[in-house]
Amino acid sequence: MQQITEKRLNEHGINIHFIQSKKYKTINFIAKLKAPLERETVTKRALLPYVLKQGTKNHPSRKDLQLKLDDLYGAILSIDSGKKGENHILTYRMELANPKFIPEETSIIEEGIDLFGEFLFHPYAINNAFDEKIIDREKDTLKQKINSIKDDKMQYANMRLIDEMCEGEAYALHVHGYEEDFNSITPESLYNYYQTLLNDNQFDLYVLGDFDEQKMRDHITLLMKRDSIKTANRTVEYPVHKDREPNEVIEKQNVQQAKLHIGYRTNITYKDDDYAALQVFNGVFGGFPSSKLFINVREKNSLAYYASSRMESHKGLLFVFSGIAPTDFEKARDIIREQMTAMKNGDIKDDALSETKDLITNQLLETMDHPQGLIELLYQQVLGEKEMSPNELLNNIKHVTKEQVIEVAQKIKEDTVYLLTSEGGQANE
Amino acid sequence: MNKQTYNEFAETLYTEKLDNGLTVFLLPKNEMAKTYGIFSTNYGSIDQTFVPIGQKEKITVPEGIAHFLEHKLFEKEDHDVFTDFGKQGASANAFTSFTKTAYLFSATNHIEKNVKTLIDFVQDPYFSEQSVEKEKGIISQEIKMYDDQPDWQAFMGTIKAMFKNHPVNIDIAGTIESITQITKDDLYTCYNTFYHPENMTLFITGNFEVEKMMELIKANQESKKFEKMEELKRDFPEEPKEVAIKEHKINMPISIPKCTIGIKESSSELHGDEFLKKDLLQNMVLDHYYSKGGSFYQELYQDKLIDGSFYFETTLDKNFGYTLIGSNTENPDKFSKKVMEQLISTSNTSLTEEEFNRMKKKKIGQLLRSMNSLEYIANKYIHYHTSGINLFDIIPTIQSLHLNEANSFIQNWIEEERLAICTIAAE
Repeated sequence: MQQITEKRLNEHGINIHFIQSKKYKTINFIAKLKAPLERETVTKRALLPYVLKQGTKNHPSRKDLQLKLDDLYGAILSIDSGKKGENHILTYRMELANPKFIPEETSIIEEGIDLFGEFLFHPYAINNAFDEKIIDREKDTLKQKINSIKDDKMQYANMRLIDEMCEGEAYALHVHGYEEDFNSITPESLYNYYQTLLNDNQFDLYVLGDFDEQKMRDHITLLMKRDSIKTANRTVEYPVHKDREPNEVIEKQNVQQAKLHIGYRTNITYKDDDYAALQVFNGVFGGFPSSKLFINVREKNSLAYYASSRMESHKGLLFVFSGIAPTDFEKARDIIREQMTAMKNGDIKDDALSETKDLITNQLLETMDHPQGLIELLYQQVLGEKEMSPNELLNNIKHVTKEQVIEVAQKIKEDTVYLLTSEGGQANE
Repeated sequence: MNKQTYNEFAETLYTEKLDNGLTVFLLPKNEMAKTYGIFSTNYGSIDQTFVPIGQKEKITVPEGIAHFLEHKLFEKEDHDVFTDFGKQGASANAFTSFTKTAYLFSATNHIEKNVKTLIDFVQDPYFSEQSVEKEKGIISQEIKMYDDQPDWQAFMGTIKAMFKNHPVNIDIAGTIESITQITKDDLYTCYNTFYHPENMTLFITGNFEVEKMMELIKANQESKKFEKMEELKRDFPEEPKEVAIKEHKINMPISIPKCTIGIKESSSELHGDEFLKKDLLQNMVLDHYYSKGGSFYQELYQDKLIDGSFYFETTLDKNFGYTLIGSNTENPDKFSKKVMEQLISTSNTSLTEEEFNRMKKKKIGQLLRSMNSLEYIANKYIHYHTSGINLFDIIPTIQSLHLNEANSFIQNWIEEERLAICTIAAE
């Protein structure tokens, strides 16, 4: 098995992670700023990526910034905000071509780090405020993003399922924020919030590729500094609905295909000892084309084009997704429930178990071949507050037994059935 | 086995054309955990009308049949191929495009077994009346899923607006009516004609031993018999230069309208250097104007005609080519008017040396970044190979491009008759 060595340092309040690898023709930089998901800050954090992309101190417009990136052999610089469990993460990414493969002499690594540091710490601002025109324009961009979710039925159904299932919990907060907050966000208040988060969010910086570590460290520590005393890993506790009766929600729209999405509580997260067994559970149940869901919903009964499950690692949720004809709702729901019951009853063939473990291993190794995939995998440890290297995780998966998978299955509780279906409830053939 | 090393990329490619006509490419990358294999036939949704193998008269088959065939190859008399790959720790998939049907797997273990499974399942079809009927239910759900996706509707709506006769204007999955007509015999006819080794390419890249792999593939192919392949006759209708529909309006229940401008780039067959230069310049010029650093993007952004969904893409394939520029927009009329004006204005502009050098640097960096992905390398290699181009020769070609060539491309790029608008809006 390939060895992945992650070297960790803490410099000026930043956790730096260096990973050396000769697999890639590029060098990847990823910075992650983590804070609890909260109603008060959710829209600000959703808006920030749009605003920060518009320019930096020395490259004050979107155009200047892009031309600089083009000059750096088409370097990619991006930022987004996302939900991981009940954390709201700002992720900054930069990917640079490795100068080793560039036909001419170039100093793109040094210039790239300068630009990345500036992108993080010195956004374009006037008198300690963002540019009002940019804020107004980007509120529009975000507003359209929020509205466009309705037009992607799969995404919409996911969002609605979580709304219903996690009502009152932080996880139900919409990661793109809320239009009703826009009025209270000013160029000054957003800038102030950004200064605060730069100092008090947990800050992890990953560098992956084939590079000179000492030079990289010297250059980074010169540019990226913050007051480490203020850094606190704040967490907020939220109530969780426990042991309630399964809820069924049916919503009607003008659609051709119905989306049947079901949410479960796994009661297991990354920290727990049975996390590896949960991965195997998900694989046997619905993670692959050889899983129970695909075989029974699609292949045996021809009810759907897709039918699969996905686990959420930090909040302890599991989702089933399928796209079906509106008339097949009860039939599809019952078949999905039968598959869950079969899992709880231990109706799992030995070879299905070992095949699933091979498939998960394959999937993880493939993820580790992908630069951003590898970094996301390593960051799971920060999110889960547990040290478990990818190789340990692989090893744990290998040792999962059928009994452990059954125990996991028995912990899982169905919470909400959500159906988005056609108006009139009849098939729209 | 031909061996070629490309120092710019630090890659070595092994090539062989087997006796039965199959072209094999092996690109070992032993620093990767994974191996990716793709078995691709030069047959896609546009190959609607052709002379079947061993016959004289051309026929036209139901729309969506190439895609239907792709689904059906996974099912055998007594087993399912996904399960076979699953047992060998591999994940398998397939896709049908306008010009290709491809079967692929990726795995980190049992590589030789998986390669054998890939070749054998594609070369051993089993179609029955009953299984063909069953598949119609599954594909109907796939078509319905696309019916609800405004982005897909915008894409196909623009293609249909641009192309009048060329079968690129047919939905890849067909329609519920067209797939209902498909029979087992139709599938065998298409299969026997287009899945001949002479019409296929196998590309394996990742962590494996080259010599052993080539031996395995050869032994496998020598154990099978194929009819002699005569020239494959496909029929394409004449396609005019101008677009079919200047303004195509589609109604569907959405909250924000979508508007796409299509540039009908080409409707004739290009090859080799001519293809590559057009392909590169089409990409670089579009990117120059419409990427976030581009002047046209800036204008659209400042006029509030676009949002984060703004995109552009360009494709050059066998005998057609198109460029799409689209966005969600509250004001589709203003958006389309502005983009049309911008495009038409390009014939009076030219690039500076500095601009063109920056464009070349960007393209080289993009290519290096894409080369991190085994899938990209294999898929793109096959795509370019079909048109007589070697993916690994592209960097020198980019470096050798002249400013004059770029400027002459820009000045001849746009003609108003080759522009179409597609708008998706609520009724």
